[in-house]
Amino acid sequence: MTHVRYDILRMVRNRAFLALTLALPLVLFLSVASGQRHATHDGVGFPLYFMTAMAVYGAMFAVISPGARIARDRASGWTRQMRITPLRIRADFAAKVLTAYLLALPTLALLYLAGAALGVHLGATQWLKLTGLLLVGLVPLVVLGLALGYLLPVDALTPALGGIVVLLALLGGVYGFQLATSGPMFDVMKALPSYWLVQAGKAAIAGGGWPAEAWIVVAAWTIVLIPVAAVVYRRSTSRI
Amino acid sequence: MTQSNDHTGGIVLTSLSKSYGSVRAVRSIDLQIAPGETVALLGPNGAGKTTTIDMVLGLTRPDSGSISLFGMTPAQAVAAGAVGGMLQTGSPLDHMKVRELVSLMASYYPHPLDVGDALRRTGAAEFAGQWTTKLSGGQAQRVRFAAALVGDADLLLLDEPTAGIDVEGRREFWQAMRAVAGRGKTVVFATHYLEEADAFADRIVLMSHGRIVADGPATEIKARAAARTIRGTLPGADLAGLVALPGVAAADRHGDTIILSCSDSDAALRPLLGAFPEIRDIEVGGGSLEEAFLELTAADKLDPEVVR
Ligand SMILES: Nc1ncnc2c1ncn2[C@@H]1O[C@H](COP(=O)(O)OP(=O)(O)O)[C@@H](O)[C@H]1O
Ligand SMILES: [Mg+2]
Repeated sequence: MTHVRYDILRMVRNRAFLALTLALPLVLFLSVASGQRHATHDGVGFPLYFMTAMAVYGAMFAVISPGARIARDRASGWTRQMRITPLRIRADFAAKVLTAYLLALPTLALLYLAGAALGVHLGATQWLKLTGLLLVGLVPLVVLGLALGYLLPVDALTPALGGIVVLLALLGGVYGFQLATSGPMFDVMKALPSYWLVQAGKAAIAGGGWPAEAWIVVAAWTIVLIPVAAVVYRRSTSRI
Repeated sequence: MTQSNDHTGGIVLTSLSKSYGSVRAVRSIDLQIAPGETVALLGPNGAGKTTTIDMVLGLTRPDSGSISLFGMTPAQAVAAGAVGGMLQTGSPLDHMKVRELVSLMASYYPHPLDVGDALRRTGAAEFAGQWTTKLSGGQAQRVRFAAALVGDADLLLLDEPTAGIDVEGRREFWQAMRAVAGRGKTVVFATHYLEEADAFADRIVLMSHGRIVADGPATEIKARAAARTIRGTLPGADLAGLVALPGVAAADRHGDTIILSCSDSDAALRPLLGAFPEIRDIEVGGGSLEEAFLELTAADKLDPEVVR
């Protein structure tokens, strides 16, 4: 479909953005994990933990960032031009979700390679399981990116996206430490998809997958955010 | 009006209204356009042209009234690919070349024109390989025109399509437009250039302050414009009472001066004197459509509702 093709092409052509999205988590991972190759964290080797964490960080940025493009296209006024074509909301959303994931996959692949280089050993099913859980856990972030892209003005969007990712990362334990392991703070952390994304590495090693709680958190965020995204999408036809 | 009431195949606007806060952008307009007509929405800035077009396109929700496009709602007509539009604002998507953007727009429609054909007709072929962010204002306007044309929709709505184009570009634009209208499409365009409306439309719908103050063939409008604006001194005028007079389309106040935009100033004059005997310094604006139009534009600048 032409719409999907050009959506992807436009993203790929934004070279600076692409390079930053791919390079930032990789550089962070290599610089931190290379010094702690033999440490353990939360029951698993530090490189695995931190590889997962940086994969989550990079992939969260990757899948939420189409929101920035949506806001730019709205600001340019062309979004309204699209709304008077027969393009339907489902097709438009599907394209944006696909583009978001296509950006996340190379981010994951690069970090896996770097992880393997630093001695992360996982069997084929464990790699697949890890990837599968990450892709599922990213769904709420993808939808959040869409919703914010249609809701916020372009000036507010970049700080908003950055702030949200950093906050989710901090509370989810992406930076290599957990803010809490019990109490109300821990309850808040466990209600966030980013926490369960980081836990995907542990789950993949244990072989058991996510606990039911993780699935519920991810599903709840998705179920709440999809109608929000649809509503702001439909409202975003006003003159800017 | 010369049109019949059987317009299920065309465009029918009924009692259409839209306000933004206290600004009444469109005030209960009725309009019927038959398939194949080329109609100019003529009016000064702030007349409500864009608001009307945006409502017809389904981009703005009316406060009240209804819109039928070929028997469909705007949303249905848009979904069916029956509508093409050139909006007043909107710069082409970045990270794309001109040809790609027009192809993208074509891909949404069931029976689009050939992309090369659309580019040629709109004069955009020369820079089809250019990045959309590297275009001059006039070039961007042509790309917008190509994007509106390429879907080959039955109804085309163009909001000030020649804004920012030089004289030569305008001539080319209207040539291309004529070819489109010649293929049986219904074309509605907004403009504040009288000459454009006069030269390219079968029919002119004159808007002012959210109302339709005249509607008919350009010649008929010219005739009516001979005596269409009444001015007078009337301290503390009751605008609602003035608007209610026969033949009065809109009433505005500037200090103690009232300005009545009339569809029929003869019909308005007698009851005006009867109902407001204290009115002084009455002038009935005459002359050309140009003058009538300038009059409206001037009144617009003074209208407190517009200034606010
Ligand atoms: N989004 C908006 N918010 C507030 N006022 C608006 C908005 N859009 C239009 N208006 C007002 O409505 C009136 C009609 O505007 P518009 O339809 O753009 O007229 P035109 O296209 O004839 O110049 C103007 O007074 C304008 O200021
Ligand atoms: Mg306008």
